[in-house]
Amino acid sequence: MKRGSVEALLLHAALAAGAVLTLAPLLWMVSASCMQPGEANAFPPPLWPSAPTVANYTALFTRLDMFRHFLASALIAVAATVASVLVNSLAGYAFAKLPFRGRDRLFGGLAAGLVVPAQVAMLPLFLLLRELHLVNTYAGVLVPYLASIFGIFLVRQYTLGVPDELLDAARVDGAGEFQVFRLVALPVIKPILVTIAAFTFLSAWNDFMWPLIILSDGAKHTLPVALASLVGEHVQDTELMMAGSLLTILPALGVFLVFQRTYVRGIMAGGIKG
Amino acid sequence: MSAGTGRAQARAGWLFITPALFLLAVFFALPVVGGLLLSLTDFDLYAVADPGAARFVGLANFTSVLADGAFWRTFANTLTFVLLGAPLSIAVSLAAALLLDHRRARLRGLFRTIYFVPVVTTLVSVAIVWRYLYHPRYGLLNHGLGLLGLEPIDWLGDPRFAMPAIIILAVWKNFGYNMLIFLAGLQTIPDALYEAASIDGAGAWRRFRHITLPGLAPTALFVGVTTLIGFFQLFAEPYVMTQGGPLGATRSLVLMMYEEGFRWWRMGLASTVAVLLLAITVVAAFVQLRLQRRSP
Repeated sequence: MKRGSVEALLLHAALAAGAVLTLAPLLWMVSASCMQPGEANAFPPPLWPSAPTVANYTALFTRLDMFRHFLASALIAVAATVASVLVNSLAGYAFAKLPFRGRDRLFGGLAAGLVVPAQVAMLPLFLLLRELHLVNTYAGVLVPYLASIFGIFLVRQYTLGVPDELLDAARVDGAGEFQVFRLVALPVIKPILVTIAAFTFLSAWNDFMWPLIILSDGAKHTLPVALASLVGEHVQDTELMMAGSLLTILPALGVFLVFQRTYVRGIMAGGIKG
Repeated sequence: MSAGTGRAQARAGWLFITPALFLLAVFFALPVVGGLLLSLTDFDLYAVADPGAARFVGLANFTSVLADGAFWRTFANTLTFVLLGAPLSIAVSLAAALLLDHRRARLRGLFRTIYFVPVVTTLVSVAIVWRYLYHPRYGLLNHGLGLLGLEPIDWLGDPRFAMPAIIILAVWKNFGYNMLIFLAGLQTIPDALYEAASIDGAGAWRRFRHITLPGLAPTALFVGVTTLIGFFQLFAEPYVMTQGGPLGATRSLVLMMYEEGFRWWRMGLASTVAVLLLAITVVAAFVQLRLQRRSP
């Protein structure tokens, strides 16, 4: 065999081994979620269900009322996505294309906020939302996702690449500033908005700590919080917990797979410029 | 451009940033400042009922936290997680990026997508999955060890192994993200450099050592510091898998902040932990900036 083909063989063996290791925990989750109750707790641990069943999924939706938590998560993630695209695209566009006094200094100040971990704000934010009677409400969960410095940063970087002549041509034709933004800029910066939408959806859907803090009423819990408290009561029910885990992961995975081209490109661009 | 449109643009600019600025000021900047103030008070359960009951105590929280053995234990746990987990995660990310970037690699898009999947999964879900994989008797990991003729490990029940178990989960979950950033960095290294080196007779290792590594230095610095900062925020993994145990071996700074603040309602003390976390993060970011300025 030639040296080049040995090299290619080893390379692809390594890539495939990595793929197997990466997917194995998730594939086992899918498999165990279809096992009969108690089947996974055996030695040696079974890899495949002996008689595949959807009973665990039925139990999630009937006995455990997980659909309620699913809806809560979906509502929050969708609302966060819509609001954050709106708020951050307006701000990012202004920081790139609408000069006003003190703009760049203001942007520098915002960028400094990027290093502050979100957890640092959580205790006082909780007290503040309590004063506003937003504790234990979905509005309270939404609050931290609405505006994002990182999102503004991404939109600004992307919009800087839009030629000024394009915007000026619309102004000469008599368009107001909002029309210039909506009709000329928005269609051009659409890819970065898709990235931000996917980012926001995934982080709001997957978030754990903030909804855990702000939602004290168990009936209102988002899916990850409900799942974490379920594992306390049902720690022996491996198959049921795997079904719940998969149910929680699937929407996030779906959004990623649909938007992955733009999303991945956005991360790569953000990393280089960061 | 006439003065009129300039004014119109400035007015629109302020209008466009107002929603974002308002939200960030009220729900981010204000709480951060509030956290600094809260750390100087004895805000506790009584103050939760009546905020007027909180008193200014100066730096008393800081002296008591820094004199508390449990805090340093927690700090050491977090530092172990950061100093072992972050480099390991970055090494795996770099290895995956180099494999994917290899000129002979086929099906790149497919492998890239697979490696990235854990990043988009819900942390609570995969922590639960791994909890079962780590099960001492029925877990697949110990089954694998048994096939290799090794003794089973009580992964989450043994204080020596609980943190390594969480590190393995964190590396698996996160490596895909930095892999993408390394891939972006690799694409900025001009092919001509490699070609010139090959003509000069440089082998694969010397090309890697003298072209790839220096070319990735800025990316590696960015990845290093953001990963370090991110790993300091460890919370959901120990919350779901070990509740900070066994014997406090996986209790992290953020878990301590959560428990002090939202379980015992000692919010002054919890804010002190938060402020210390902020201080660590700012130092890490500062070091990054200094290093970046030094590099050409």
